[in-house]
Amino acid sequence: MAEMDTSGGGHKKGPGVKKGKKLSTRVDLTPMVDLGFLLITFFVFTTTISQPTAMRLALPDDKVKPEDQNKIKQSGALTILLGKDNNVFYYEGELAPDASNFKSSNFKDIRDEIIRKKQAADTNFVVVIKPNDESTYKNFIDILDEMSINVVKRYAVVDIADVEDQLIRRTEGEAPKQ
Amino acid sequence: MARPKIARKSTIVDMTAMCDVAFLLLSFFILTTKPKPSEAVPIQTPKSVANKFVPDKGVLMISLNAQGNVYLSTADNSDDRDKKKAMLQDINQRNNLGLTDAEIAALVKQPFIGVPFAQLKQQAHLTNDQITAKNLPNGIPAQDTTNNQMIEWVRAAVAAYSGSHMDLILKGDNVAKYPVFKNILTAFKKNDQFKFQMVTNQANVPQGTDLYKENMNANKSSKM
Repeated sequence: MAEMDTSGGGHKKGPGVKKGKKLSTRVDLTPMVDLGFLLITFFVFTTTISQPTAMRLALPDDKVKPEDQNKIKQSGALTILLGKDNNVFYYEGELAPDASNFKSSNFKDIRDEIIRKKQAADTNFVVVIKPNDESTYKNFIDILDEMSINVVKRYAVVDIADVEDQLIRRTEGEAPKQ
Repeated sequence: MARPKIARKSTIVDMTAMCDVAFLLLSFFILTTKPKPSEAVPIQTPKSVANKFVPDKGVLMISLNAQGNVYLSTADNSDDRDKKKAMLQDINQRNNLGLTDAEIAALVKQPFIGVPFAQLKQQAHLTNDQITAKNLPNGIPAQDTTNNQMIEWVRAAVAAYSGSHMDLILKGDNVAKYPVFKNILTAFKKNDQFKFQMVTNQANVPQGTDLYKENMNANKSSKM
């Protein structure tokens, strides 16, 4: 493609005179354009437009007297427990003494459970989140995210009770913490 | 039969114009690309559907890395640096650390604070390049409830930011364990700070969920 003007000079000179070749000033720009677009694609792909976002969370005030605190109805409560290795456990209402309503789940299936319970309990619906010591920050964010994905207006983060912690550990096949 | 002569045209196209455009775009992208600020504390944040952006002024950021170490920083502008200075003076006074003004000024210039109170003096003598999570492997003690220095730091921050707006921002790593996070929450609660934000990466709302429907409805009504 490179254009070179090789059409020598038109006029003849004497036998001893060398022809001063007239070179064209046109340069083939194709490789330069190639390079240009290669770099453009590189910069387009490496530019991150995703700014970090922030998730808001309001904490409850521990100092509020027990009688002023909101009571939740057992029928509408769904307690979600977070264990290690992204395990999720849940039970509805109050934990049965024999733990018969204690079920295990994972982050994929818990959404269906939340949706089901939300429709069943309607206005009384409240989710209680109890992460245990083995769960990670990601698990906690994920479950809060589920709350906003499913538009759960009322949820609370509560410290885990010993009974529940031991149930989780037993279910995970670990010796209960001493 | 005389065939009409088709003029043979050259296939050579003048590339100059295309080249101009290519390099114009190239320079645009080069100039608009902001190099990612090298993070002294590498943190992989979780994803969420939250869509509010992290503010960049009046920010007290608490970083929680994968090992569960806690680091504290403020936004990088003159107002926030003044607040950081006030915080440090406060901490210095209350804990009798004996930091000189020069040491406090040095700490203010550093990107974050990542040592127990007793070692603040040593941190003040490090250069900015040395301030990395690797060099400061302990962070601010918040691992156990008995020695939770975050309570003091948050108290100092609340005092320094009194009268102006402060956003508490928590940036945690995916694999950071929950107990440390809970201790930071305790530090917030003890200082009557009940609202805070957590840094996440944006994720799309899964289709068919309630939030998805809500967003769709909101879009429809805003278009009408």
